[in-house]
Amino acid sequence: MANDRGPRATHNALKLALAWGFVGIPLVWGVVQTLVNAIKAFH
Amino acid sequence: MALSFLHRDRSVAPPGYSRWLIPPAALCVHLCIGEAYAFSVFNLPMTKLIGITTHAPNDWKLTELGWIFSIAIFFLGASAALLGRWVEEGGPRRAMFTAALCWSGGFFVAAIGVYLHNLWIVYLGYGVLGGIGLGIGYISPVSTLIRWFPDRPGMATGMAIMGFGGGAFIAAPLSVWLMSKFSTPSHVGVAETFIAMGIIYLCFMMVGAAIVRVPPPGWQPAGYVAPVQPQRLVTTRDVFVYDALKTPQFWLVWLVLCLNVTAGIGVLGQASAMCQEMFHHRITAVAASGLIGLFSLFNMGGRYFWSSISDFIGRKNTYFVFFALGAFLYALVPHSGAVRSVALFVFCYAVIFSMYGGGFATVPAYLRDLFGTRYVGAIHGMLLTAWSMAGILGPVLVNYIRQYNVTHGVPAAQAYNVTMYVMAFLLVIGFVANVLIRPVAERYYIGETEPQGVGRRVMAER
Repeated sequence: MANDRGPRATHNALKLALAWGFVGIPLVWGVVQTLVNAIKAFH
Repeated sequence: MALSFLHRDRSVAPPGYSRWLIPPAALCVHLCIGEAYAFSVFNLPMTKLIGITTHAPNDWKLTELGWIFSIAIFFLGASAALLGRWVEEGGPRRAMFTAALCWSGGFFVAAIGVYLHNLWIVYLGYGVLGGIGLGIGYISPVSTLIRWFPDRPGMATGMAIMGFGGGAFIAAPLSVWLMSKFSTPSHVGVAETFIAMGIIYLCFMMVGAAIVRVPPPGWQPAGYVAPVQPQRLVTTRDVFVYDALKTPQFWLVWLVLCLNVTAGIGVLGQASAMCQEMFHHRITAVAASGLIGLFSLFNMGGRYFWSSISDFIGRKNTYFVFFALGAFLYALVPHSGAVRSVALFVFCYAVIFSMYGGGFATVPAYLRDLFGTRYVGAIHGMLLTAWSMAGILGPVLVNYIRQYNVTHGVPAAQAYNVTMYVMAFLLVIGFVANVLIRPVAERYYIGETEPQGVGRRVMAER
């Protein structure tokens, strides 16, 4: 069982990274676009 | 049979499943349906579908196009209220799957409407079908998140509802970029953009439906110990969905949400014009659009910030902050105009918009505290009718009070002062409604041995 814990933890970490990246990357891109436009507007 | 994988029993988490996969699953849905806030980017191009570079006589008018968003928001509230129990009992996967079909289907039907230049088909597509997708999608992950995060329900639902605020940040530039790719000198490219966005949202939401899981019965997070001393406003029992409607607490929370949203949504729609008129020659139209983007970021960030704070200070205290600080800041806005302080104006509005978003994000956990976890999604769905009401009240109040002032000779720079004081007064009423919220009476709770849902009655009525 203890030997299984390592691969399972790695597998879980990979799934978490993929899932959060899937939603996080577009969200961060959108926020950056908004901030860039806001800064442009002030100039 | 083919769709049996959608059943609640088929989405129970296996051993070792990480609960931190649930927020991204919820965000997959909320980031997509949050597009609704950015729909206005299509308004101008859709007024030039025939004229291409200019508005032709047969082109749709802005006033006609405004109804698309209004119909969608109406059906959001109606479907969340009517289908809440169906969502709750069928589980999050079936709800997310259905929301994905309705939401993307709305785009496809709207694309046909644009292609045929028939506005009624667009109303039916984006407004009705898309609106139903909005309502189901909005409430679909709420109770699942609360069950997975009994230790931090505010933070968990705040993350999902933050996605609804953030969806517009992705949708607005994406829509503009897609239209630029599909447009030609003889074609605006709106229909193709709708189809592309429908496909993107369908895929994105299906990923959410695929990864979402419900916790096994009796599951608790490792190391979590339920409070030994029960808190006065936090129940460990459940109220049946329709029995919640019979409690004064439901209607007080309804009023609390309605007033918080009325104040926020009223000035949200007018913020651009308001800052230009209050600071004439100092804030241009372009700078105002930048400010609106900044305020939207506070609206989104506030959803996560305030709902997370509510896990520590309690839901009731969080709303006390919204109403007390909100009333003070609304009353301060006219002063910022009088002393010509743009910094003070921006500060007031940034905090106000963060609390507007925070009000949406904190309310599911407030309902869970009062009515328990079992039907919280369905009760939340019915509460969203407060949003529909506020969507009418807020803009009407702001626009009519301003117009009344202008026609009675009040200078444009001061035309919003009365509006701000009225909004502050609404928040004072909200403060009182929040004070009146007490624990739900014993007779409304489901008995320990009663079956779930069907045929339930209030204990007192038996």
